[in-house]
Amino acid sequence: MLGAGAAGVLAACGEPDPATQEVEKIAAKEVVAANIVTVAAPAGPMTGMILADGSSTVGPVTQAVAEEFRSQFPDVRVPVGVSGSGAGFKKFCVGETDISNASRPIKASEIETCQSNGIEFVEVPVAFDGLAVLANPANDFVDCLTVDELRKIWEPAAEDTVTSWAQVRDGFPDEPLILYGPGVDSGTYDYFTDAVVGEEGASRGDFTPSEDDNVLVQGIAGDRSATGFFGLAYYAANKDKLKLVSVDGGDGCVAPSPETVNTGAYQPLSRPLFIYISVPAAERPEVQTFIEFYMKNAGALAGDVGYVELPPNIYDLALARFNNRVTGSIFEGEGAKVGVSLEDLLS
Amino acid sequence: MTQDAATRWRPRIRQRNTIGRGFALLTIVSTLLGIAVLVALLVDVFGDGGAQVDGHFLSSYPSRFPEDAGLRSALLGTLWLLVLTAIIAFPLGVGAAVYLEEYAPNNWLTRFIQLNIANLAGVPSVVYGLLGLGLFVRWFALGRSLLAGAMTMALLILPLIIVASREAIRAVPDSQREASYALGATKWQTVFRTVLPAAGGGILTGTILALARAIGETAPLITIGALTYIAFDPSGPMDLFTVLPIQIFNWVSLPQEGFSDLAAGGIVILLIVLLVANSIALFVRFRLQRRFD
Repeated sequence: MLGAGAAGVLAACGEPDPATQEVEKIAAKEVVAANIVTVAAPAGPMTGMILADGSSTVGPVTQAVAEEFRSQFPDVRVPVGVSGSGAGFKKFCVGETDISNASRPIKASEIETCQSNGIEFVEVPVAFDGLAVLANPANDFVDCLTVDELRKIWEPAAEDTVTSWAQVRDGFPDEPLILYGPGVDSGTYDYFTDAVVGEEGASRGDFTPSEDDNVLVQGIAGDRSATGFFGLAYYAANKDKLKLVSVDGGDGCVAPSPETVNTGAYQPLSRPLFIYISVPAAERPEVQTFIEFYMKNAGALAGDVGYVELPPNIYDLALARFNNRVTGSIFEGEGAKVGVSLEDLLS
Repeated sequence: MTQDAATRWRPRIRQRNTIGRGFALLTIVSTLLGIAVLVALLVDVFGDGGAQVDGHFLSSYPSRFPEDAGLRSALLGTLWLLVLTAIIAFPLGVGAAVYLEEYAPNNWLTRFIQLNIANLAGVPSVVYGLLGLGLFVRWFALGRSLLAGAMTMALLILPLIIVASREAIRAVPDSQREASYALGATKWQTVFRTVLPAAGGGILTGTILALARAIGETAPLITIGALTYIAFDPSGPMDLFTVLPIQIFNWVSLPQEGFSDLAAGGIVILLIVLLVANSIALFVRFRLQRRFD
């Protein structure tokens, strides 16, 4: 199967030497597997079911952790759903799930629902997700955009008025501005509009939205004057088709990369991803072991699924927060603060 | 006046024959078009996904590495769902059809029910998902189990089964019912020994088409909360589950290369499940008909 799978991948990207590539792939995987930190199991066999649901952005991280957790504790079942951050909290706050994945902090209204059902929770960050601004590779004039320029392109007032690159910056050619972006129901759109326009969910309406990021990739790759944004993970998988645009958040142009997202230099378009653990569920030994396993391995696994790991001390702080059952949200229901420093918030 | 019409009439036999041949050609083109689309679909899907399908693909759980990933839990979930849905929907659907065709008095209430069943067949599937979430998952407290999923799917396809079964029952000629009564059979005996065997082929065809729709559906199951990552086998109707369309949808949405090939492989398996279910129904239908003839 490995051969068939790798061969399929290779046929798709047209690499010349299948054998080398396959060896590299296997080697890369073994490195990751060796990095998995096992955790001490409490006495007795571990069994049970840990239900996780929520954001489709965070879902792959929890799934990767569940996959590795299963090889150490095969009798603990960890099914993961991806019904979205909001729908996830709806189930979480009535006690239907044990862990809720979220690509944004819990909202005040959701905290109220949880409280009225007696569900207290612990909030921990698991990884960073960077948003990438993209252009067509044939575009030779855009290398970097300031946040002000991005706002000029995307704000609601730009609809039907800002239609040419020449209006974005003096010196840009008079080429039509073709825009692509994630669907307006996604957490990605919410975060981008919050960070760039200053108001969550506010943007011009005359862009091509799609819930399927592959559609955005095709759109931008197929039109030389197009631009758009989506999760950094999708850029990583399509580097050859797209041009990455650096973003100037006030301290000069910074291109998103695992390093710049991790150090916080890529601002304001990087956001933390969270999991929420219900306190009643945290009484169960299998949940405690799973969270410990999660915090010790999330860094390595986040990279596997296209996200950026948090600084190591954040995972330690997060695990301590869980072990001490520090409940409530560090954002107090006010939404993600753009360019947030997790270290300050957690310690 | 009639004289005029008679003199103006021209046989134009060649023109009319040409139009006739043209019409026959059109119907042939319509038929071939359908087949061509099916063949194109099969070639495309098997070309993309055929290489993915092997023992490892069928026997492994999902993974973040495309070369390790398989659809064991999704395939088992789909098979469980198929069987449970059939067990729930088939007797209810055929029962309702028999009542409406053979027993129900022809009054406004019956007509009202018939009209609404036809309407139900056109309700978008996600609406059934919301109903299933409220009724089966929450109120019956079945949770996000296979049983809740199967009951939701049964609701979704009941109108289709009822409509198809009614058509099949109505197609049984009254002369056969009268022959049965003439031999002294009661109404119940007539329905069971004459009408249902004669209508069996049509009922089965309708049921299998409805079930095929059920196993291709994603929206209602996502609504009731079927999960995307399951790394264990469902072992009973109360287990959590995932199904093939959800697994395929999940793979398509992942950015890493390799998962889109897996999705194509998943579609191949879904098609095979459908074709196998179809051939079983065809076989049963053939047997039924031979016995009846």
